[in-house]
Amino acid sequence: MLDGEVSLSAIAADAMARVLHLYGGRDLVARLAALGLTPGVEVRMVQNFGHGPVIVMVRGTRLALGRREASRVHVQPFG
Amino acid sequence: MATTHRPSEEAPLAGVPGSPRHLLVALAGQPNVGKSTVFNLLTGLSQHVGNWSGKTVEKKTGTHRHGEWELELVDLPGTYSLSTSSEEELVAREFLLTARPDVVVVVINAAALERHLYLVAELLPLPVRLVVALNMVDVASREGGSLDVEALRHALGVPVVSMVASRNQGVRELVETVVACAQNPTPPPHSPGIRTDHAAVWEEIASLLVPSLPPSFPPKWAAAKLLEGDREITRLARECCSAETWPRIEALLAAHEDGVLAVASGRYEWIAGIVKTVVPRPRPGQVSLTERLDRWLTHPLWGLGALAGAFGLVYGITFVLGSPLQKLVERAINAGLGRPLRALLADAPQWIPGLLVGGVLAGAGTVASFLPLLAIFFAVLALLEDVGYLARAAYVTDRFMHLIGLHGKSSLPLMLGFGCNVPAIMGARILDSRKARLLTILLAPLVPCASRMTVILFMAPVFFGKWSPLVAWALVLLSLGILVALGALLGRVLLGRERGAFIMELPLYHRPKVRTIALQTWQHSLEFLRKAGTVILVFSAVVWALSTLPHGQIGDSFLAQAGHAMAPLGAWLGLDWRLLVALLSSFFAKENAVATLAVLFAGGEAPHLADALAGAFTPLAALSFLVAYTLFVPCVPTLATLRQEAGGWRWAALSFLMLLVLSLVSGVLVFQGGRLLGLG
Repeated sequence: MLDGEVSLSAIAADAMARVLHLYGGRDLVARLAALGLTPGVEVRMVQNFGHGPVIVMVRGTRLALGRREASRVHVQPFG
Repeated sequence: MATTHRPSEEAPLAGVPGSPRHLLVALAGQPNVGKSTVFNLLTGLSQHVGNWSGKTVEKKTGTHRHGEWELELVDLPGTYSLSTSSEEELVAREFLLTARPDVVVVVINAAALERHLYLVAELLPLPVRLVVALNMVDVASREGGSLDVEALRHALGVPVVSMVASRNQGVRELVETVVACAQNPTPPPHSPGIRTDHAAVWEEIASLLVPSLPPSFPPKWAAAKLLEGDREITRLARECCSAETWPRIEALLAAHEDGVLAVASGRYEWIAGIVKTVVPRPRPGQVSLTERLDRWLTHPLWGLGALAGAFGLVYGITFVLGSPLQKLVERAINAGLGRPLRALLADAPQWIPGLLVGGVLAGAGTVASFLPLLAIFFAVLALLEDVGYLARAAYVTDRFMHLIGLHGKSSLPLMLGFGCNVPAIMGARILDSRKARLLTILLAPLVPCASRMTVILFMAPVFFGKWSPLVAWALVLLSLGILVALGALLGRVLLGRERGAFIMELPLYHRPKVRTIALQTWQHSLEFLRKAGTVILVFSAVVWALSTLPHGQIGDSFLAQAGHAMAPLGAWLGLDWRLLVALLSSFFAKENAVATLAVLFAGGEAPHLADALAGAFTPLAALSFLVAYTLFVPCVPTLATLRQEAGGWRWAALSFLMLLVLSLVSGVLVFQGGRLLGLG
């Protein structure tokens, strides 16, 4: 992992991050990418209780992600 | 009328004088964009709901008359993209490429332009005439100032119409634009490229594809799809390409396995450039109504409370409104049709009124009595979906549904199952993955429905006295426990590695649209009547015959004979032939079990039934019966619905056999286990 690279499921509510890469099967990556989670995009964590699914704001849409799906998205927190 | 054209080369369409000029118009868009609202506004009650051939995806078509034009509208399934990861996307793409609609309208959300332009970016390279319907411009301007529609039109190179479909604004302009677009040749639209590091390989693959592909597949589009790893296009390209070309393409693809991200990024880069010129900067720090509501409704604790409240509301409304309606319908059928029919047929041989009143009409009564309950379920559910709540309900239950190998969305139909399994199975339509839908449908009959609960609550006190609430509770837990275990098992078989990918948009909350809810309720009810209804009718006549023939009494009927024939099995279960017949009769409707026992024991007098039962069986035999009964095969209406929704008798047969085995094995285990422990 790069310095400061964490999985999306690890960042706290209201934190901002930039997507670095997606891991996982091609279908999963294609679905996430189609919904706007592509490398370079900024996301804001809306809800993350440390367990269960999370809500992120990406490209103007609220997206609910299962914890496993969120852990496949690697991000760099900022701000 | 499907024409084969590329938009740039087409001459104006020729019409036949005197008859309406026909246009085939496809409606595309992402879920939650208001596409159904647009479709409903245009087609009203002219809609026809069916399935795409060979698929379980719902197909809606309808017509709209505009002057001399008749528009045949096809509502494509809501999709986020045009890859083939779901059946819906495959259906939409196949229709666009093979049915060749005259015009494709893509409905997009002005308040989430960036995300919604993704589907547009996928549609632009296709050989179709595209019209963009920019919906929800009111929400967009509330959230951050108005969009520059002219700039969007210029950037995309296709007509753009602003709309507020929920307030019927812009619909006429949309129709006029569609008609104009169909008549006039249009210059080729602009379309997105790919992330620069993949531009060379993209060009190379496209040039290799040029001589091989069928003309309806644009090479650059197909090349992008190959880089995305699209299975359908990969298969097609392998078939079309020569023996020396395909290995070269394959090698290029193998060297660029991350192509899917390059393609998606390329589209979003192109979109970002457009959005910058079209959308004014949003006002910072503005917390929307949606975000405020979601603090409560998606909270792990308060969210569950809200969900319990929402379902309390569903059941409350259904019970308060539905039950009296149900009785009213039953009485009306009996008094209005049953008695006059008997009187009319007084001189006919006895079996004729028996079959018509006891069989067909009783069956119609079952269907009709389901209908008010179903209609109310559908209406309340459509309301919750329309305001945007259902997505939140799925979100808060996600962590539990992972136990079953499913994700949050499946919990919604399963919860309906506590009322009745029929709407539970129909409700599984809200799931976007076919496999998850199938698994949910197969698990739904294990949710103990209200009819089963009434039988359990009648039988348990007879044998277990003050322990009966505990027994009833244990039976529910057993059923749900088996649901979880079976779900985990079937999930592994049906869903494979991709199981449980929970990715869902949480739409903005908005005011419900009565028209949308009413139309949806009407269509679902109609469909239930047409398909499941006819099967129930036929089966009811068959049951009547089996329980009456050959001598006109249930005591020595074919059904009773079947019970006697199964005596060896009954010995294992601790059930005599009467309990076996009661179990068998519950196949036709779960509540039949008590009625059958009443006929067999007390000549139909229910008050004596409890005493008669208590004297006839041990508590262990009763427990074995209740376990087998709770898990017994789905009732006929459920099975008929299951066949219709799962798309084939084989799934109904699987469900039947699975539950038959589970039910009998569990009953035997309880009875034999109890005997070993010295309880019997």
